Amino acid sequence: MAPAQELTVRDKKELVSKEEKTVPGRHYIPYADIYETNDALCVVMEMPGVERTNLNVALENDVLRVDGQIDFSKYEGMEPVYTEYNIGHFTRSFVLSSKIDQERISAQLDDGVLTLTLPKAQEAQPRRISIG
Amino acid sequence: MALFPDAFDALLGLQQAMDSFRSSGWLTSGPSAGGAYPPMNMFRKGDDFVIIAEVPGIKKSDLEVQVKGNTIRLAGTKSVIYPEKAGLHRRERLAGRFDRAVTLPVEVDPEGVKAECRDGILALFLPRAERDKPKSIQVA
Repeated sequence: MAPAQELTVRDKKELVSKEEKTVPGRHYIPYADIYETNDALCVVMEMPGVERTNLNVALENDVLRVDGQIDFSKYEGMEPVYTEYNIGHFTRSFVLSSKIDQERISAQLDDGVLTLTLPKAQEAQPRRISIG
Repeated sequence: MALFPDAFDALLGLQQAMDSFRSSGWLTSGPSAGGAYPPMNMFRKGDDFVIIAEVPGIKKSDLEVQVKGNTIRLAGTKSVIYPEKAGLHRRERLAGRFDRAVTLPVEVDPEGVKAECRDGILALFLPRAERDKPKSIQVA
């Protein structure tokens, strides 16, 4: 592994959406990694502050939509004196191809990182062809 | 080649040298570090202070918090692990180490500091030192 680099600060990307929101608060796009293994596609998203109960993963018309709500009640009674980042909900959606077995999608949330495992459909998996 | 060295380069070099000197740690009068990660928000709750930082994907064991006087140091490593034989399509999450120190306007009671890390959010509860609190004097 390469030597660890110094982490840099990035501004959060705010969601620009055509639809207007009905819930108050800002929405941000979580940073995501997407990688593919032999049998699945994995989407890993950073959603700090989102609890398991406030996370919503929905699949509709081949669009996978992830919605994480922040519980602002934790900040009650606190007076901000110095701020470096903004707090807001997280939203991001992905268009899935038909090669995903949409029935078996699984999600896991650890330390504010959501891992979605999207298993590939049987017909999309690589096949070894033996030479006769 | 210029006859005179660029003043801006010289200043930048000096600043970097001073930063590395300050963050090298051998001159340990107190915790100090030069990094800017993770971004943090500071709140006041009555007399006390609360620092909240977003640290998604950082395990508790990879976090180090130090308090001395009115300086808080937050250091650690963030790792992003991919399985072997995985093809990367998109890579936005960053990994690396960080070391940051902030100075509070008040002195902190180091014994009373509480740190909580849940769902990728680190919260530091910093009680103000008793001897630093203002005394109210009854007007006779």
